[in-house]
Amino acid sequence: MQQIPWEVMLILLPLAGAMACFLWPRRTLLFGLISALGVGGCVAGLGWRLLEQGAQRYAVGGWGAPLGIDLYADGLSLLMLIITALVGLGVSIYSIGYFERRQAILFWPLWLLLWSALNALFLSADIFNLYVTLELLGLAAVALVALAGGANALTAAMRYLLVNMLASLCYLLGVALLYHNFGSVDIAILAQRVEASPAVWAAMGLMSAGLLLKSALFPLHFWLPPAHASAPAPVSALLSALVVKASFYILLRLWLEIFPQTGAAPGQLLGVLGAAAVLWGGIQALRQTRLKLLIAYSTVAQLGYLFLAFPLGSSFAWKGSLYLLLSHALAKAAMFMAAGNILRFCGHDRIADLDRVAQRLPVTMIAFSVAGVSIVGLPPSGGFIGKWMLLEAALRAGQWWWVIPLILGGLLAAAYIFKVIGYAFTQAGVLRQTNKVPMSMEWAALALALAALLLGLVALWPLSLMEIGLPFGGSEVDAIQRAEQS
Amino acid sequence: MSAVLLYALTGAGLFTLGLYALIIHAHLLRKILAINVMGSGVFLILVALGGRTAGAVPDVVPHAMVITGIVVAVSATALALALVLRVQAATGRAELPEEPLE
Repeated sequence: MQQIPWEVMLILLPLAGAMACFLWPRRTLLFGLISALGVGGCVAGLGWRLLEQGAQRYAVGGWGAPLGIDLYADGLSLLMLIITALVGLGVSIYSIGYFERRQAILFWPLWLLLWSALNALFLSADIFNLYVTLELLGLAAVALVALAGGANALTAAMRYLLVNMLASLCYLLGVALLYHNFGSVDIAILAQRVEASPAVWAAMGLMSAGLLLKSALFPLHFWLPPAHASAPAPVSALLSALVVKASFYILLRLWLEIFPQTGAAPGQLLGVLGAAAVLWGGIQALRQTRLKLLIAYSTVAQLGYLFLAFPLGSSFAWKGSLYLLLSHALAKAAMFMAAGNILRFCGHDRIADLDRVAQRLPVTMIAFSVAGVSIVGLPPSGGFIGKWMLLEAALRAGQWWWVIPLILGGLLAAAYIFKVIGYAFTQAGVLRQTNKVPMSMEWAALALALAALLLGLVALWPLSLMEIGLPFGGSEVDAIQRAEQS
Repeated sequence: MSAVLLYALTGAGLFTLGLYALIIHAHLLRKILAINVMGSGVFLILVALGGRTAGAVPDVVPHAMVITGIVVAVSATALALALVLRVQAATGRAELPEEPLE
């Protein structure tokens, strides 16, 4: 019996949904929800097959590697697809209540296009295809930021677009160099052929610079806070939870497969920048007076943690970093949704004037606090597991100094989360009129926040998925030995 | 110096020139043009490297990449131009503010 091509459906279904939403704006919601549920089903189907048969390679149109386009799915791609589907379903439900009709018509096609680009990115097996998906992702994300209208959102979107175009060109130049030297763009083929040479160094520098700019690693984060803070709440959730992670995912793949022989120095540099991001982002978040900007700077800080795995380079560290990525995606999406509810309820997001939101909007505040538990990294959340794994990997590799940003970052996160929660309980000076927040928006935020917490309780399950196809290299012992040698 | 290398170096020059213009010019239209110059540089490098085997049939894969790249560049430029108009309508200037607005 022929197998169902889940990989292809994961890309085509949201794409078709986007087209349908665009062509029949009256039926937007129907098509949107069908696509969202369908994608969820396809991810489940693909996951089931991966569990039974291991990593999968699919040749589009039957052409095969050097000439055609391959799709590749292993544990790493599967987890990214799963987290995209979870956050995507949450955002889809949230957006039903959030957008009025006129904006919903614009939101759904763009969001489904974004989803399609994300799925294609996580399934791509060659570096040129990754470039195309990165561009698709960038264009859809910029249009979504601009959806909010107004001078702030438009200038933020413009800056975001320029940064995206610059970053993509740097990446493409790196692709050109790699192709010229090794005659292939397929990641698996490149992994066998690449050897250290000046051209590879240049390609690595260019591709990494482009991807770091897109992943907003300190000090290249300048575009992120305005873009993420001025977008509509569901869009902020998507950008912080998924879009910045997509470029991180590419960097991770390149680092794991193509550039492992480049030595320890670049990894150490990324680690230092990551540590600086954790501290700088935390301090900036603490200084903010607006809730959405606070959450956006918190994203800058949390992205920094992910880069702490690069200097360690053991498979345990990579898994910890991925674990943090997954739990941050859920928690940050929940947090931006909660902020959107508060913004809708109060009509503003000034932290000092939150005025007893905790009593009047309890579900939202519970969602915010539960998400905060994971962001701070307290047990039993997913954030705790990820940080604990990174901490252990740092100690095992004998690089104890990476523990400092892990702990200080947690303290800073606790400070800015409690600052918000504190103001949510106190009464403001001036009472203002409030607006009603639909139930679906409150519960969608809570569901994602609880999922982030749950990730800490069922740790074995995602960790076993990470083993499919061994994306993080061989067994644990090998990885430790490699880390000791470098 | 071979023709291939000459083209590739010209491409690298265009890329650098575009990057410089992108950084120093404030007007958004100039920034968009600068990025397009950078893109042309990358495409030139790709095409030039496709002809690396002298005398033989040029490698077609980089050509296919350039066509894809041009499609992407055109759509990104279109979006950027549309955004510039909206930014100008909203703020009165086709420039990015130094500090994000409150």
